Amino acid sequence: MATVVKKVLIGVAVLAVLCGVFQGYRLLWMETGWTRPFVVDDITMPSLRTIVERLFEENQPGGPPLVRILLDNAWFTAREALAGFLLGALIGLAIGTILHLSRLLRRGFLPFVVASQTVPILAIAPMVVIWLGGKGLPVWVPVAVIAAYLTFFPVAINTLRGLDSAQPRALELMRSYAASPWETLWKVKLPASLPYVFSALKVAATASVVGAIIGELPSSIQDGLGGAILNFNQYYSIDPAALWATNIVAATLGIAFFLAVVLVEKLVVRAAPEHVA
Amino acid sequence: MSTEAAAAVSLAGVTKIFERGQTHALDEIDLEIAPGELVSLIGPSGCGKSTLLRLVADLVEPTAGTITVAGKSAHRARLDRDYAMVFQEAVLYDWRTVAKNIALPLELAGWSRGERQRRVGEMVELVELTGFEKHHPWQLSGGMQMRVAIARALSLDPKLLLMDEPFGALDEMTRERLNLELLQIWEQSGCTVLFVTHSITEAVFLSTRVVVMSPRPGRIAGIVEIDLPQPRTFDTREEPRFFELVTEVRELLRGHLAAHGAPEEELA
Repeated sequence: MATVVKKVLIGVAVLAVLCGVFQGYRLLWMETGWTRPFVVDDITMPSLRTIVERLFEENQPGGPPLVRILLDNAWFTAREALAGFLLGALIGLAIGTILHLSRLLRRGFLPFVVASQTVPILAIAPMVVIWLGGKGLPVWVPVAVIAAYLTFFPVAINTLRGLDSAQPRALELMRSYAASPWETLWKVKLPASLPYVFSALKVAATASVVGAIIGELPSSIQDGLGGAILNFNQYYSIDPAALWATNIVAATLGIAFFLAVVLVEKLVVRAAPEHVA
Repeated sequence: MSTEAAAAVSLAGVTKIFERGQTHALDEIDLEIAPGELVSLIGPSGCGKSTLLRLVADLVEPTAGTITVAGKSAHRARLDRDYAMVFQEAVLYDWRTVAKNIALPLELAGWSRGERQRRVGEMVELVELTGFEKHHPWQLSGGMQMRVAIARALSLDPKLLLMDEPFGALDEMTRERLNLELLQIWEQSGCTVLFVTHSITEAVFLSTRVVVMSPRPGRIAGIVEIDLPQPRTFDTREEPRFFELVTEVRELLRGHLAAHGAPEEELA
């Protein structure tokens, strides 16, 4: 318990320092009038106080406070991201396992897996929307697929690495017991791969949120954080705090996804403490 | 061939050349081990003693010659789970508890949950690890980890136990205790043991026969019958006959090292 309290305290302290750096930079640049790398004023860097206050202001006269709207948006995006994350993780695990099992496929197919990530997601997203949109599917499906496109890659690569990481002696032991390839995969290689897989899932968790936000833009989805970012972007010169507030909510969502994976890892991985990535 | 069928392990004209680097690991090895024997293989690094063990285990295939285990081919014996292997490292799976590590061979052999639990209970008692069933390997000392590895190896009650320097990484005191425990287990179970070691005293203390090997290519330099009375005790190491046998093994090793001009430090 004491370590949990300690971790929370350290987290709060780091957050406070970061806020201090932001406010300090802002104040220093405004006082001195420095213009490099950019002019600091209430538009380019609204104060944290303004941003937080903006969260609790009504967005439209008589409407709910901004934070209420943003949380609804975040909930919508979270569902897309979660669907994309799960889909991408499954595809990644499958690809990693198949490439592990077949040397031939690894040699032939791995370059294309890598190449898939060099194509900008912004170029792929509209195509996915056109392919999958308006087919009677829910509007969030193409967005989830775009999120999955960003998610599967780190999972596939690290699954492959993790399955390859089983110790030769551990595999020899299984061979001495006449274990089938399936048993060796299930009882040795898969458990040995979990620290690697979870490292990838942590990367993928945040990537899936980014993927969902980006996926919303060409889909013209208004209900998510992507829609909110696009919207507040247009009003930045008169209402910069709204976009900053949206970014804070989006970042918080990414952190929440990351922490969820950390929690599952703690429950699942029973490796020696020093092996936990 | 009929006499070979009775042997626990039989090697005839076994040669092993590793393709990579053209290493001539073993040359024309003939060796027959009777059921219930405890035979040690000793020799300097590069004499192929570990390779010999791995050939019997069907983990590598011979370049020439035949190997039979309990009258079957080594391959058939592996598939029938006729032997169990203990490596120098305990090779325990970190993500499994002590009990689950010991149960691994039983799972692979398709034992039911209840049968597994009963057998693991017996094994834990045998190697004196009662109370540590729920521990994970990294919470145990090196000696305890090796006990778990031995319990795992014995869980399917194998007729043949193959041990590749199992106590090599342990301190002297733990090693001597585990030597005695191994002998007790060997007497109780009546299994055959093929034991690879670097230690002359360990080989003499444990074995019914010590096979002395010489390197490059690996050959049998001589076999020493160990006629020390059974059961062996802590006092066995202080008997004059023990020292005579240790000297005999040492001279066999030294003779071949001198003949090959190899430095004596190779016998750690």
